[in-house]
Amino acid sequence: MPSPKLQLKGVTHGYRAGRQSVEALAGIDLTVDVGEFVTIIGPSGCGKSTLFNIIAGVEEPTGGTILLDGEVNGERAGKTGYMPQQPLLLPWRTVEENVMLGLDIRRVPRKLAREQARELLKRFGLSEFADHYPASLSGGMSQRVALLRTVLFHPSFLLLDEPFGALDALTRLSLQMWLQELWQSLQASILFITHDVREAILLSDRIYVFSARPARVLRVVEVVLPRPRRPEQLATPAAASLEQELISLLLKEQTV
Amino acid sequence: MNGGAFNTNTLRKLASYGPAIILATLLLVLWESYVRLARVSPFILPAPTAMLQALVTNWDLLYEHTLQTLVETLIGLAISVVLGLLIAVLLDLSPWVRRALYPLLLTSQTIPMVALAPLLLVWFGYGLLPKVLLVILYCFFPIAVACADGLLSAEPELIKVLRSMHASRWQILWLVRLPGALPAFFSGLRIAVTYSVTGAIVGEYVGAEKGLGLYMETSANSFAMANVLAAVLITVVLTILLFGLVALCERLALPWYFTQARTRR
Repeated sequence: MPSPKLQLKGVTHGYRAGRQSVEALAGIDLTVDVGEFVTIIGPSGCGKSTLFNIIAGVEEPTGGTILLDGEVNGERAGKTGYMPQQPLLLPWRTVEENVMLGLDIRRVPRKLAREQARELLKRFGLSEFADHYPASLSGGMSQRVALLRTVLFHPSFLLLDEPFGALDALTRLSLQMWLQELWQSLQASILFITHDVREAILLSDRIYVFSARPARVLRVVEVVLPRPRRPEQLATPAAASLEQELISLLLKEQTV
Repeated sequence: MNGGAFNTNTLRKLASYGPAIILATLLLVLWESYVRLARVSPFILPAPTAMLQALVTNWDLLYEHTLQTLVETLIGLAISVVLGLLIAVLLDLSPWVRRALYPLLLTSQTIPMVALAPLLLVWFGYGLLPKVLLVILYCFFPIAVACADGLLSAEPELIKVLRSMHASRWQILWLVRLPGALPAFFSGLRIAVTYSVTGAIVGEYVGAEKGLGLYMETSANSFAMANVLAAVLITVVLTILLFGLVALCERLALPWYFTQARTRR
């Protein structure tokens, strides 16, 4: 069996706010196998985003072990595709040039990078927008472009921090289906954060439920619905009872 | 269809200057009639027509002086742009550099330029250098401050995305923060341009071999007020033209910025 894409063992994180020391993560154990879709769900402000910063190599943990591609506590920046909730496209770059950003950072020759961006946009149905500026795109479209920017930089491991959180319900659903297609076509590993229990059930192989701050893993649930998933499957008894279970678990953690 | 929209836009834009043109014309007419009706001496206040007359009569001479002033202004502006950008990046380098440098920059703006000009003359002579230095002193500050603010305006989440891509500090600056600061840079440049011609003229006024400032000074000394005003008129027109040129450059350099503004409206 190949080594997992990502393995966290007892990862902790704390910081000082004035005189107080705040504990954000209290020993997180988590595994993402190659090609797996894993979701973290938990109350807001529980430290999920901090965990993502750590995995993406933007912050360092105060304790614990991180294995990325089997490498223990190594350099992680540049080895994941990290995408925040806002699309944050560069307004002065066209869609195609935005998608190329990661390759520019890697100093890939412009022509080659442009070709790759064009091909990716075509593959996932966005080629007609290649020369548009982000200002003319809808929220859902911007988010697709941002996702492709992430994919072109690092297609095998994506860290998606509530990517659809700001979208309306219908756009969200169509993007969820689009993401599923993208994930299967790329055979990527994905670690996903969401507040939305149904979204988690619809997309994930495995769900980690986090507690309120400081975050611990409350429960790990395998989602055994058949693939490819369709929104109708959320109405099946198995999915419905899982949804109830997760919601009651999360409600207990909600402090306000 | 696009071209048509552009034309209507241009027309609408021209029409928007209407009130300004009407007001200016009205003031000129008032000025002219006051001078004529009250029989004001031309040594005290010449009429606008006398000013135009002076402009036409002395055009050959004025042209030479204008060229000199324009050269000083443009050299000073060019150096100010480079210096302003450099200072903005320096200020941005670390909070420590910012704390050390900022008060110094601010102090440079509290010096009365009229008092500094004669000193510069003593130190650097009658040539180009002291005028260019004055233009720089007038112009670098608004550019540097606007740029430094623009650099700070980058979205922290976006910086995080770039850091997760293992971008170096300079890549973040070059790919995200500098392009994002360009609109602010142009705001600073527009302010700088309105001071620039004045800077050169202050320098020439205290001592020069050529230039509009020298022309104003000698004309004033011989009470040729119409000539002074003719030179002032050239200064005004020159400044407005430079301002327009900057606005045009901005449009050409930042097409995305203006499409965005239109979409938001």
